[in-house]
Amino acid sequence: MREQRLTLKKVWRYIRPHRVLLLLSLVLALVSVFATLSVPILVGRAIDCMVGIGSVDFEGIARIVLQILVLIGAAALSQWLVQVIHNRITYHVVQDMRNAAFERLQHLPLKYLDAHPAGEIVSRIITDAEQFADGLLMGFSQLFTGVMTILGTIGLMVSLHPLITLVVILVTPLSLFLSKYISGKTFHMFREQSAVRGDQTALIEERVGNLKLLQAMGQEEKSQEQFDALNEKLRACSLKAIFFSSLTNPSTRFINALSYAAVGLIGAFAVIDGGLTVGAFSSLLSYANQYAKPFNEVTGVITELQNAIACAARVFELLEQETEKTPAEVRTLPLQTGTVSIEDVQFSYTSERPLIEHFSLEVQTGQRIAIVGPTGCGKTTLINLLMRFYDVGGGVIRMDGTDIRAMQRTALRHSIGMVLQDTWLMTGTVRENIALGRPDATMEQVTAAAKAAFADGFIRQLPQGYDTVLQSDNEMLSQGQKQLLSIARIMLCEPTVLILDEATSSIDTRTEVKIQEAFEKLMVGKTSFVVAHRLSTIVSADKILVMKDGNIIESGTHRELLEKNGFYTHLYKSQFAGSAN
Amino acid sequence: MKKLLPFLKKYRKECFLAPFFKLLEAVFELFVPIVVASIIDVGLAAGDKAFIIRRVLLMILLGLVGFGVAVTAQFFSAKAATGFAAAVRSKVFAHAQALSFSEIDRLGVPTLINRLTGDVNQLQTGVNLFLRLFLRSPFIVFGAMIMAFTLDHTAARIFLLVIVLLFIVVFAIMLLSIPLYKKVQARTDTLLGRTRENLTGIRVLRAFCKEDAQIAAFESENRALVGFQKFVGKISALMNPLTLVLVNLAVVQLIRMGAVRVDAGLMTQGTVVALYNYMSQILVELIKFANLIITLTKSFACADRIAVLLDIPARETAGETVMAAADAPAVSFDDVSFSYDGAGEPALRHITFSAKKGETVGVIGGTGSGKSTLAALVARFYAPTDGTVDFCGENILHYPEAELRRRMAVVLQKSVLFRGTLRENMQWEKTDATDGEIEEALRTAQALEVVQSKAAGLDEEVQQGGRNFSGGQRQRLSIARALVKKAEVLILDDSSSALDYATEAKLRAALAALSGQMTLFVISQRASAVMHADKILVLDNGELVGVGTHESLLRDCAVYREIYASQSSKEAIVDA
Repeated sequence: MREQRLTLKKVWRYIRPHRVLLLLSLVLALVSVFATLSVPILVGRAIDCMVGIGSVDFEGIARIVLQILVLIGAAALSQWLVQVIHNRITYHVVQDMRNAAFERLQHLPLKYLDAHPAGEIVSRIITDAEQFADGLLMGFSQLFTGVMTILGTIGLMVSLHPLITLVVILVTPLSLFLSKYISGKTFHMFREQSAVRGDQTALIEERVGNLKLLQAMGQEEKSQEQFDALNEKLRACSLKAIFFSSLTNPSTRFINALSYAAVGLIGAFAVIDGGLTVGAFSSLLSYANQYAKPFNEVTGVITELQNAIACAARVFELLEQETEKTPAEVRTLPLQTGTVSIEDVQFSYTSERPLIEHFSLEVQTGQRIAIVGPTGCGKTTLINLLMRFYDVGGGVIRMDGTDIRAMQRTALRHSIGMVLQDTWLMTGTVRENIALGRPDATMEQVTAAAKAAFADGFIRQLPQGYDTVLQSDNEMLSQGQKQLLSIARIMLCEPTVLILDEATSSIDTRTEVKIQEAFEKLMVGKTSFVVAHRLSTIVSADKILVMKDGNIIESGTHRELLEKNGFYTHLYKSQFAGSAN
Repeated sequence: MKKLLPFLKKYRKECFLAPFFKLLEAVFELFVPIVVASIIDVGLAAGDKAFIIRRVLLMILLGLVGFGVAVTAQFFSAKAATGFAAAVRSKVFAHAQALSFSEIDRLGVPTLINRLTGDVNQLQTGVNLFLRLFLRSPFIVFGAMIMAFTLDHTAARIFLLVIVLLFIVVFAIMLLSIPLYKKVQARTDTLLGRTRENLTGIRVLRAFCKEDAQIAAFESENRALVGFQKFVGKISALMNPLTLVLVNLAVVQLIRMGAVRVDAGLMTQGTVVALYNYMSQILVELIKFANLIITLTKSFACADRIAVLLDIPARETAGETVMAAADAPAVSFDDVSFSYDGAGEPALRHITFSAKKGETVGVIGGTGSGKSTLAALVARFYAPTDGTVDFCGENILHYPEAELRRRMAVVLQKSVLFRGTLRENMQWEKTDATDGEIEEALRTAQALEVVQSKAAGLDEEVQQGGRNFSGGQRQRLSIARALVKKAEVLILDDSSSALDYATEAKLRAALAALSGQMTLFVISQRASAVMHADKILVLDNGELVGVGTHESLLRDCAVYREIYASQSSKEAIVDA
């Protein structure tokens, strides 16, 4: 409860700017509720004006009709306004929250983003924000109108006949208890249904995701049998859950019928005994019919509100993540020389498992550092530190003699060109993708970069050439071609320091040779770090860092390392010498 | 929807009974205002308390019977809806499995998954609501009108008019807003796409300092979405006030007409009350009906999408068992060309070669050279666009698919394990494989140590997608799975790329020991993987630029020489 209240407080910050509108909508909602509720009484009075043949009070009826028209006009107008205002507040709150969340996302440390699946964060920003606003504001307005309607109805009924009102008030909670009882009973059925459905979805993803494999194995029938077994289980679960939960409506309708009958009986007797007019009797019957409806809505709203608060809490959790810190004194000048000195650096992702310890390295302008090691040895950790995706735990990394933590991130990253093995393209044209780092680049510059990266040829073969729209999960390009594009990006930027994650197998060897040439050109005079898989790269490096299990265990030139006869020699023999036999 | 109706056939009885009982419920509800009218006109006029008690008991009885029939209806409708959904889901799954590779390429996996999950669920909701409400709501609306006619002809005309007007208003608003809501959804999807993209590409975006540009783009997309949402909201917010006004105008008209007619003795006070009650019922049901139509349009859209999927013809799997000549080559290509659907350039051009039984054939070439396409054609995953592929001397297209799958084993580039134990995974290709057979296959595939390193051995659980195994382990296990079958032809499509050279060499030696028993195709980018093959096919840009042994190709084939040189430059250095 305390947490919920805390969340609501935070929510208020977003609603506060709209508080005048909110207040207005509440007033309008009141107007609409009372105008709508008064109609049955007026109709009752009109009915009382038409007692029998020759005794109809036409004047009275004319007056009442006018009143009804005015009230309905007011009710309709305020209903529309309430809805429009609520939409406005809801959409703006969602907009603000999403903007805030997205902005936060851009400044969150990678430590957080790496630890959370993309789908989860997306659903926080898109789905949760929407559900929260929908649930909270709609829920709030429904709750407000619902409660007002109930109170208003009770008030009006009391003014007509207190005893009958009491009967209605006593009977109605029955339907509440009943629907609560049913939803309580069906809760576990729904949970079972979603569990089975989850299993099935997992199976679907696995099998449909690998249809080709299943066909290659010729095992579609076996797969179908497994699917059908789960499918039948789901059917049975769903039937139970759907049927039992669908009992709510008939049950509450029945209870309503009971209270309606009670009003009919007592009301009719009261009319005979002279305590009630026929018109008032008719009004009471209308109220008895309407009375239960807001109750059902209100109970529904409460679960919805709880859900909304839960969603809001999830959005706030993201919004309250600490962003990356920027120091007070920052260097905004990009790197000039490209010297790198790593001094006694220490780093680990989790405090339980130390990773890099006491690591020092001096790199002069234009030197080439190769990083080698078996898969999963933590080569990417070094990239993470150099790019300041993560900050060192101890020690210092200096570039151009400046502690990179005292540099503006943009200045640092503008100076470093990075090509990762997992190439990523954004939704947009080929041209936009190449010009990612220099949006103002001319077409000539873009084509020149593409040519240098040997990408111009296949780009021209695409349906719309440089204007072909690509998507991040696009199948239009091969893995190799994607990598070429990301190389073209760097070609355009001319950074001072290069970080290259060499492709293992995705670019065919012939093109790779050409890329290598292009890289050579690019690397002239630039400090470069290469996660290397190709022996030629390794051998020609000024220094080789050998990593294993996250640690840098050896470093030196190719010859020095071979002479050591350590892990590098072992690695070298198993990985490269094998192809010689 | 028509296409899916046969799946409801099994539930014909339920489909009839559910609406029927719902109809009964509506009938009982429609009686209530008449009973009330009789209480007013007869009971109250005469002060007859006994009559009133009898009528109130009748009302309770009507409620009770209504409850009974409603529950019955809900049961039948739930049964039909869930049964229908299960049948459709099973069929869609079966159909997905029966699609050809070309169709799978064209449709994409996410589409198929959506059809099987979201779309079918929406369909189930639609059928359930349809059976329950589609008859009930119009029946109450028109029933109320008919009842009004039996009570008073003249007054009932107001009903006719207001119902027509309500229909027009409700459907006009819906027709206006539904397509607009679709656009809202599309804009929300854009926003979602950008967010997802920003997460998957976070490193690149940060490396290029695109944070502010992305925020600006997101905010402008967000603004566009909200502007549109507000516009649609204004239109759909008209629904409630407009219907409220319409119904109450009708009530006013009813009062004015009632006054005249009561005064003239043409109508009783009780009738006016009854007519008023019917009017209220109409509004409630009409709104329900409108919501139902919204749900149904969604369901129809889903049904259409599913129907489109089911309309795609399944691949041809039948054929005649062929008795082939014993001395025919295992696989031969005769001037084969192939283009993927929708691609401009052919992926393979005029390929001719043959592979003798028991031979090992290496296929090498760069990215996009057509290696995998060639493998896919050998396995008949695609039919050649031109030319013929023969398997054991007979056109491969003539074989029944089941026979081909039995005689061929393929290890795909992407190595996948399924959820279940390792043993179950190993038994995918041969359901009754013994542990002995499995072990033999594992040994050949250099995967025995992988299994032995797991505490539970073959009983080790494999997580979804085989996450608890490394890429190299998955590759070796996939190869073992294919070996269990002991097929005549084994195709390894770049399936040892994650292995280090030493392991790959061991695998090669173990497979070589099996030669003679099976024809082996090894597709790779690495010269080291194919250099020992009996025959090497060199592909470049979809063309066969060299066929021969390692030695002959080194002599005659420039492309092969280049590939080999680029990969073995290391040896030169080692030797130096």
